[in-house]
Amino acid sequence: MNLSLLILVPLLTAVAILLCNGLKQVRSVALLGSAVQLLLALGLLYTYHQERETGNTAQMLFEFNYTWFANLNINYHIGVDGISIAMILLTSFVVISGVLVSWSMEMLNKEFFFLLMFLSMGAYGFFISLDVFTLFFFLEVAVIPKFLLIGIWGSGKKEYSAMKLALMLMGGSALVFVGLCGLYFNSSINGAHSFDILALSKTHIPLNAQMLFFPFAFIGFGIFTALFPFHTWVPDGHSSAPTAASMFLAGISMKLGGYGCLRVAVYLMPDAAHAYSGIIILLSTIAIIYGAFATMMQTDLKYINAYSSISHCGFVILGIGMLTPTSITGAVLQMVSHGLMTALFFAAIGMIYTRTHTRIVAQLGGLLKVMPFIASVFIISGLCSLGLPGFSGFVAEMTVFMGAWQNPDTMYRIATILACASIVVTAVYILRAAGKAVMGPINDDRFTSLSDAVWNEKLAAVILISGIVAIGVVPFWLSNLVTPGTEQIILQTGQALLLK
Amino acid sequence: MEQFIPLIPLMPLIGFAVLGLAGNNISKLMAAIIGCTAIAVSFVFSLLVFNAQLGTEESVTVTMFNWFEAGSFKVELAFLVDHLTSIFLLIVTGVGLLIHIYSSGYMHDDIAHNRFFTYLNLFIFFMLLLVMGNNYLVMFIGWEGVGLCSYLLIGFWHKVDAYNKAANKAFIMNRIGDLGLLLGIFLLYTKFGTLNFIDIKSHLAEIQVGDPTIVVATLLLFIGAMGKSAQIPLHTWLPDAMAGPTPVSALIHAATMVTAGIYMVVRSNFIYSLAPFTLEFIAIIGLITAFVAATIALFQNDIKKVLAYSTLSQLGYMFLALGVGAYSSGVFHVMTHAFFKALLFLGAGSVIHAMSGEQDLLKMGGLRKKIPLTFITFLIGVLAISGFPFTSGFVSKDEILMSVFYHNKLYFYIAAAVAVITAFYMMRLLMLAFFGTFRGTHEQEHHLHESPASMTMPLVVLAILSMLGGLVQLPHIYGGKPIFEEFLNSIAPTLKHEDASLAMKEWLMLGVTCLGLVVVYFLTKKFYADDKFEGVYTGFKKTLANNYYFDEIYNTLFTKPLNFISQYYNAFDRLVIDGGVDGIGKLVNWGGDKLRYLQTGYTGFYLFAMVLSIAAFLIISLFNLL
Repeated sequence: MNLSLLILVPLLTAVAILLCNGLKQVRSVALLGSAVQLLLALGLLYTYHQERETGNTAQMLFEFNYTWFANLNINYHIGVDGISIAMILLTSFVVISGVLVSWSMEMLNKEFFFLLMFLSMGAYGFFISLDVFTLFFFLEVAVIPKFLLIGIWGSGKKEYSAMKLALMLMGGSALVFVGLCGLYFNSSINGAHSFDILALSKTHIPLNAQMLFFPFAFIGFGIFTALFPFHTWVPDGHSSAPTAASMFLAGISMKLGGYGCLRVAVYLMPDAAHAYSGIIILLSTIAIIYGAFATMMQTDLKYINAYSSISHCGFVILGIGMLTPTSITGAVLQMVSHGLMTALFFAAIGMIYTRTHTRIVAQLGGLLKVMPFIASVFIISGLCSLGLPGFSGFVAEMTVFMGAWQNPDTMYRIATILACASIVVTAVYILRAAGKAVMGPINDDRFTSLSDAVWNEKLAAVILISGIVAIGVVPFWLSNLVTPGTEQIILQTGQALLLK
Repeated sequence: MEQFIPLIPLMPLIGFAVLGLAGNNISKLMAAIIGCTAIAVSFVFSLLVFNAQLGTEESVTVTMFNWFEAGSFKVELAFLVDHLTSIFLLIVTGVGLLIHIYSSGYMHDDIAHNRFFTYLNLFIFFMLLLVMGNNYLVMFIGWEGVGLCSYLLIGFWHKVDAYNKAANKAFIMNRIGDLGLLLGIFLLYTKFGTLNFIDIKSHLAEIQVGDPTIVVATLLLFIGAMGKSAQIPLHTWLPDAMAGPTPVSALIHAATMVTAGIYMVVRSNFIYSLAPFTLEFIAIIGLITAFVAATIALFQNDIKKVLAYSTLSQLGYMFLALGVGAYSSGVFHVMTHAFFKALLFLGAGSVIHAMSGEQDLLKMGGLRKKIPLTFITFLIGVLAISGFPFTSGFVSKDEILMSVFYHNKLYFYIAAAVAVITAFYMMRLLMLAFFGTFRGTHEQEHHLHESPASMTMPLVVLAILSMLGGLVQLPHIYGGKPIFEEFLNSIAPTLKHEDASLAMKEWLMLGVTCLGLVVVYFLTKKFYADDKFEGVYTGFKKTLANNYYFDEIYNTLFTKPLNFISQYYNAFDRLVIDGGVDGIGKLVNWGGDKLRYLQTGYTGFYLFAMVLSIAAFLIISLFNLL
């Protein structure tokens, strides 16, 4: 399978959108493009299994390597393992449902869908890159559209939010870049510096260089995934963004950070990962508890989901920081799960908002009566968020907890117990929100005449829910997909431990 | 037989899927038929499985597939059927079937009738998963699943805010328990490297009695049981859970789900037996709950609230039994309680149905003539729970009391007092509702009617079971045989207490019980049968009527402080962290603002600055200042 298609399809779709006329053409092309992406992702999953079954045990499959900057040894090197495929699947699910919920986007529709496609191209490119420079390139590609999406199509204090988000993420990128340069200049492969992930993983970066540059890379990527205390772009950014942009932001963009932490920071600087794991766990535990408590008092549905994302992404960081095979698998599962779930949540909130024109919990109420489908979607995403069995959230959180618990250190145990305790707080804020917003009496007479979801909204929700349920009910396909990849990372950190 | 085992939970799952997808597109009758048939088929398979288990001591494990694997953590979706499971299968599907049939009558006029059956089937599926899983994780999935259904069904009439609050409370209280259960499961996993019941059992030979890890793990697991089975201090959700439709109270909040905690402890009895401290703790918690809840029930005026507190109290009895090592007595009481408490709740439902939705005992009275069948079956339920000789409740309570007697005399006297109080508040309920004269409105009186056959048929079946259910465990001295105990012996051996005076004690207990019941009958008849009662309570009685103010205390101790923390974190986030981010932005702006004055545009100034800088560099390099 030619992985470059994953970049080419969104790019061509974006270009085709520019040639279209009118909303109908634009959205049809966008939907077609995202459907092709979804098929590509599913096809990739299929061919990956085929390849593995024929006995191909290479770490990365479908590799392709092309030198695009010989002087600096920068290559367009791409390839995938199970972790990348999981992330690609997530991206394709979120993209198509994002397009579907934006079906009636009247304002500047051409530019809007163009940016969505452009953003998805950046995400795919990021997940398939095996060269850290190329990876960085795609990371940047994915940042700029967000600024425009929020600044132009947003609501509320959108200029402020867009600027804050862009600057904080750019700051993150800058840190990442320093980290990457640190890797590059401390590597020596046949006498030359290298950006190649696979090559770097086979050399040993000097310990002092690792200790110096690991924080840059980890915090840099961490900002993308709402690492405490660099998380404040999340609530403002999400709440000001239009629905699809919120979905992309929480569903895909925050996952770039988690993936980067894992693939670049931990995988390439394993000694430092061990050395800093205490701090990582401390920060992630704070994020989990703090985010959960901060959510309890939110009154705006989007703020509720944004703050809960801080808490949930804390599980990703916690899983990575614990450095056990189970916990890292859990971190990847949590990325996929949270991506699907939070996209669904934002989709539901968007659907509610376009009808009621409010996102304030106290002003809503009784929606289950007037729009049962949308309200059910809202409840399902809530139940997934609070980790109910049958949905993906349970599997992911359970795996993180179980993996974290395997770390016998007392401090780590305490962190795990605190993180576990957050499930109670999560239940409190989710049920409070659901109880007030979609159940109870109808507060506003205007609501009684509102209509339920239309076909495109229903399809978007069904796509995301099917992903959530497929992971929640039969999780083995995803864990089997991800595990070989996490084992490689653990092997690396395990060797690092032996070298000490 | 093995091929039937996966079908038992599969049938209600299919029922749920069909009903859920069909929604209101099918008629109510069709939905009721689908819902009941699914459970009926499950029940038949459960009977077959039970029958197969009767002849063997071997447990059967059916592995479906490898559910999950990550690193060293591996979980199979597998079912374990042994004697304990087969008993619970019969209780869940049997009582479940009766309550499904009852619901088709009770919920007939509700617009959300079909949704009700959807949830009920889902509940039965998760409950079956809970009792059939062969490892703690599958059990936990069922455990959470029944919690969800409980939540959905308590808040079934979701238009009423108070009901939503009750549903939320139930879920959150259970979550606190679940946290303990989850941590206990993690601890077991790190200790044994497996969550499989049988595998853990095989590892136990090398473990000493009182091993600290085991004690902590069993305590944590028990916290889960306290949440699910509503033991003090996690009990306050159950009385509120009565907001749900009455069949739900009967099925979930009396007969099945709330006994999950007892199931879990008995299932783990081999671990608990290694932790005497935990067992003592369980006994004390059970005893306190039994006593406290019984005293509260004395002063409740809502017919369902009385039954709810009575359920708490009976659950306390069951834990007391487990705590003193009488596992089979605990399970036996689960079974008899499922019969008579389901009967009482369904009977109460029939009363409420007849009373056009009225639940206040003070507005009832004299109903025995108007709804005779309900009265007779309800009377049987009251007799059974009060321990009338040779009813099912008598046999199971007698057993528990005997075991407690040999464990600790003080516990015994308190437990015996609870039995008397139980008889008293149940008789009180009976007198208030069925004796005296009717105290409701004329309209209610006009509407009074016996319930349809779909509702009375389950009442009759349950009444027969409540009467005769004790026969499978009748003590020797009455010519019975402890069949039930022997059946469970391979799973959870019960401590044997034999001494010369056993028979004497049994006869004494029988005598005291009879005497007590007669006294209680006359007392309640005197106080409550002739419309003579106090409706409003003062002083200590008020404290009891208000659940010892548990809710208010929790509100002050937990809810308010946690809300405060949340508000504090929020302010911290906005002011300090976000303020810091904005501050950095402002600092850059401010710096730029000031620095721009250097760009004056005067060439002379630039030249001057240049010369000054060069001079500075020269001085620094000349004198090696850096």
